[in-house]
Amino acid sequence: MLGNLHSTESFGTVDGPGIRFVIFFQGCPMRCLYCHNPDTWDLSQNRRCSVEELLAQYRRNSAFYHSGGITATGGEPMLQIDFLTELFQAAHAEKIHTCLDTSGVCFHPQHTEKIDQLMAATDLVMLDIKHIDEEQHRRLTGHSNVNILAFARYISERGIPLWIRHVIVPGFTDDPDEQFRLGEFIGGLRTLKGLDVLPYHDFGKQKYEALGVEYPLANTEPVSNDTAAAARQQILRGIKHRLKSNAI
Amino acid sequence: MFNEFAPEWDGFVAGRWSNTSVNVRDFIHKNITPYDGDASFLEGPTDATKKLWAQVRELSRKEREAGGVLDMDTKIVSTITSHGPGYLDQSLEKIVGFQTDQPFKRALQPFGGIRMAEQACKEYGYTVDPEVVDIFTKYRKTHNQGVFDAYTPEMRLARKSAILTGLPDAYGRGRIIGDYRRIALYGIDRLIQDKEHQKATHFVRMTSKNIRLREELSEQIRALGELKELGHIYGFDISRPAKNAQEAVQWLYFGYLAAVKEQNGAAMSLGRTSTFLDIYMQRDLERGVLTEREAQELIDHFIMKLRMIKFARTPEYNALFSGDPTWVTESIGGVSVDGQHMVTKNSFRYLNTLNNLGTAPEPNLTVLWSKKLPMNFKRFCAEMSIKSSSIQYENDDLMRVTHGDDYAIACCVSSMVVGKEMQFFGARANLAKCLLYAINGGVDEVLKIQVGPKYRPVTGDYLDYDDVMDKYNQMMEWLAELYVNTLNIIHYMHDKYCYEKLQMALHDRDVKRYFATGIAGLSVVADSLSAIKYAKVKCLRDENGIVVDYEVEGDFPKYGNDDDRVDQIAVSIVKSFMDKIRKHHTYRDSIPTMSILTITSNVVYGKKTGNTPDGRKHGVPLAPGANPMHGRDTHGAVASLSSVSKLPFRHAQDGISNTFSIIPDALGKDTKIFAGDLDLDALQQEAEHEAD
Repeated sequence: MLGNLHSTESFGTVDGPGIRFVIFFQGCPMRCLYCHNPDTWDLSQNRRCSVEELLAQYRRNSAFYHSGGITATGGEPMLQIDFLTELFQAAHAEKIHTCLDTSGVCFHPQHTEKIDQLMAATDLVMLDIKHIDEEQHRRLTGHSNVNILAFARYISERGIPLWIRHVIVPGFTDDPDEQFRLGEFIGGLRTLKGLDVLPYHDFGKQKYEALGVEYPLANTEPVSNDTAAAARQQILRGIKHRLKSNAI
Repeated sequence: MFNEFAPEWDGFVAGRWSNTSVNVRDFIHKNITPYDGDASFLEGPTDATKKLWAQVRELSRKEREAGGVLDMDTKIVSTITSHGPGYLDQSLEKIVGFQTDQPFKRALQPFGGIRMAEQACKEYGYTVDPEVVDIFTKYRKTHNQGVFDAYTPEMRLARKSAILTGLPDAYGRGRIIGDYRRIALYGIDRLIQDKEHQKATHFVRMTSKNIRLREELSEQIRALGELKELGHIYGFDISRPAKNAQEAVQWLYFGYLAAVKEQNGAAMSLGRTSTFLDIYMQRDLERGVLTEREAQELIDHFIMKLRMIKFARTPEYNALFSGDPTWVTESIGGVSVDGQHMVTKNSFRYLNTLNNLGTAPEPNLTVLWSKKLPMNFKRFCAEMSIKSSSIQYENDDLMRVTHGDDYAIACCVSSMVVGKEMQFFGARANLAKCLLYAINGGVDEVLKIQVGPKYRPVTGDYLDYDDVMDKYNQMMEWLAELYVNTLNIIHYMHDKYCYEKLQMALHDRDVKRYFATGIAGLSVVADSLSAIKYAKVKCLRDENGIVVDYEVEGDFPKYGNDDDRVDQIAVSIVKSFMDKIRKHHTYRDSIPTMSILTITSNVVYGKKTGNTPDGRKHGVPLAPGANPMHGRDTHGAVASLSSVSKLPFRHAQDGISNTFSIIPDALGKDTKIFAGDLDLDALQQEAEHEAD
C-alpha cells in the first residue's frame, strides 16, 4: 500500500518526546482559520510513498531517534487510516515509538473497528482540541467538535497516553471562561500526560499567498508567549476544578 | 635514558614516561583523575582576573578604533628571544608572556615572505625598516621567494584562476602542533639531552635526507636553548621540570609562545593540554597548596593570553578567513583506547573560561565527543554551547580508531597524534571549477583563458552525464597532479627557508608526516552532476563558444536530503579525487590525506567560480565544507547530517566539516511555558490541598 504524503522532517523536536521522524500526511477535511499548513489540505496532491521506504529512512538515522520515534501528522493522518495502521504496526514490530498527531475529526463512536486496530499500535496520541464550544468550534474549523471530544474520551478509556494541544487565537480562544471549561473537560481524561498551549502565529501567511488562497486571519495579531502561558494556567485551573469535584 | 626520578615529579606514578623515554601519553594515563561529577565545583573570576580582562577589553576597543591594528613592530625581526618581557600588570598576572614587549603589538615575521610582511604593515600605515627589507631581499631568502623560483607557468596560472586556492606559498603553513606539555613535564635540559641522543644515534651515511635531518636536529636543539632563554627573560628557569600547577601552565605556555614568535602560521593550535595540566592541579589541590579558585584563575589567565595572540596579516588574508583568526585549537575530553573517558575537572575549567571571560572564538575550544563521555560533562557542554555558541565538536569515536587517544586537532578538523605526527597544510582545490574546466576543455569560465589542458570540450546543447563524467575524470587527473606538485614545491621551500624548529623540537625524531590536500565545492559538484543525470541541463555559450551559463529543465535530487541517488555521487567524487591524489609522489614520504573543509573561505571561492550546472550563479558562495548548498536540504537536520555522514572518512582523513546552526526554538519548546509532562495525581493532590 502507498501513502499520500506531503513531506517528511528528519529532525522533529516539537511533535512528541525526543527527536522524531515526522511524517506529514497529505489531505485534511478541516479548514481551521489559523491553519499554518494549508499546503497539506488537498488530498489530490500526489507524493506516494511506501511503509518500507519510510522505515528505511528511519532506520538509516535511528541513532538520532533513540529517545524519540515516529510521529504521523499532517494534514490529517487518519484520513489514510489503512496506510497509517500498516505504518504503525510495522514500526511497532521494530519497537519504534509511535505518536499520532490528529484533530480527531475522523472518529465516529459507532465505527471504531479500524481505529481500534490503529490504537493497538499507537503509543501516544496528540489531540488538538480547537475549541470546547460546539458553535465556536464550527466557526473556527467548519466542523463539529462532538466526535472530537468523543475521541478524547475513547483514547482515555483505552488507556493510551494523551497530550492535548490547544492554540490561543485572539477573538476565538482567548476567553478565560471557555479556557476554564476546556480544562474541566480535559481534567476528566485519565491518561492525560501533557498539555501544549500554543500561541497563534502567522508563519503560514506566505503559504496562503503561494497557494493563491486568501489568509482568513489577516487582521489577527500573533499571540505572545506570556499570553499562552497565562492561558495554560487558566486551563490548569479548570483541570484542577474537575479533579477536585471528582474527588468529592 | 633519564638518570633519575626528578624531585619535581614527587607524588606522580612512575612509568615509561619517567624511566625510558619522552612519553607524555604514558604520564597522563598513569596519573589522570577522571571526573564524573557536575559543574557545581567551578569558581567565578577573581578580582585580578576581572581587572586584567577589563584591560584587555579596553585594548581591544582601542585596536578596533585604530582600524584593526594597535601597534606593529617594524624593526625587530621576531625570533624566540627577540623581545624583552611584556606585561599587562605584572603584579596581577599569574601567567605571563607576550609575542613582543607589549600586549597587542604585532610582531614582524618576514621568513615566510618579506613582501607579505611589508604589505601587512603598509595596509595599516606602518613601514618596515628599510634595512630589514634589504636583508630579506638581498641576503636572506624567504619561503615565498623560494616557491616562486620553482613554480611552473601552469602553477602560476592555476593559482591566478583560483582553481588552486589559499596555498601557503606566501605565508606560514601552520597546522603543526608542538607537544608543549613536554616542557612542563621534562624541562628543557632533559629535552635537549633527548635530542642530542637522537642526533647521536642517527644514520651516519650522508645522503641528502640524512644531512637534512642532522641539520634540523641541530636547529631544534638551538631552538630549545632559545626557549630556555625566553624563560630567563621573564625570570623563570625552565631548564628543569615544572614543580607545581602554576609552573606547569607557565612552562607549557612558554612553549606555545615561542612557537607563535617564530611562526605566523595559518593555524597555530595548542594541542591537548587540559587533562595533562589537571594532573598538576589535582596534585596541588591534594597537597593543599592550591584552592579551586586559584586553579580556575590560572586557567583564566592562561586562556586570556591565548586570546591575545595576534599576527600581522593583510586585509586580503583576513577576507579569505572572515576575520583575524589564529585557530588556537585546544582539544578537550575524549576517551582512551581502553574505554575510560578522559574528562577531568580541568576540562570543565577550560570551558568555564567562557563564563569568566565571556564568549570568544579563540582559543578554539574543541570537545572530542564520544558517546562514552560522562553525562554531567555532556550536559555542561550543551549548556555552554547554548550560552556561548563557541564550542566546536569533533567525533572522537571516529578519530580514535586512527589516532589513538593522544591526538589533537589542528585548525578546524585536522587530527594528529601530539608530538608524533605533523602535517603539511595544503589548502584546497576547487572541484566545482574543475567541473567547469571539464565542460569547457580547460578554459577558465571567468578569466576566459586556457588554464587547464586543452582537452575536447563538451559539444551540443545538452549535457550528457556519461560524457561529462568522462571529461571530468580526466580533468581531475590533471588537477590532482598539478595540485600535488605545487604543494611539493611549497613544503620543500617552507622546510628550507621557514622551518618550524621549535615546534619540531617538541616532536619525536621520526615523525609521521601527513600531506594534507583539500577540496572545495563538493555539494555544487554533486548537485550539478545530479542535475545532469536526473534533469536536463542546457548549455548557454558566449560569443567565443565558452559555456558560461546553464538552464536546468526539471527537478533533480539534491545533496543534503539523505537521498542516495545524489549522495552517492558525492561519495564517489571524494573517493575518486583522493585516489588520483594518491597516485603522485609526495614530499618527504608524507601520507596523502584530504579534507572537505572550508569554514569561511567558501565565500571567496564562490566569487571566483562561474555559473554551475546546478543552477548556482557566479558569485554565489559555495557551501562551506561538506555542507549541502544553502536552502537545498529540505528534509530537516537529520537528513542533512545523514548525507554528510555518508562521506568516507577513510578518503577524507584530514577531516570533514559541516557547519550547523539551529535556532533554540527548533530544539524543542520551552517546556516551562508550553508543554511538559502533566502528573494528574499530583494535580489532584494540589487541587484537594487548595480546597482545604
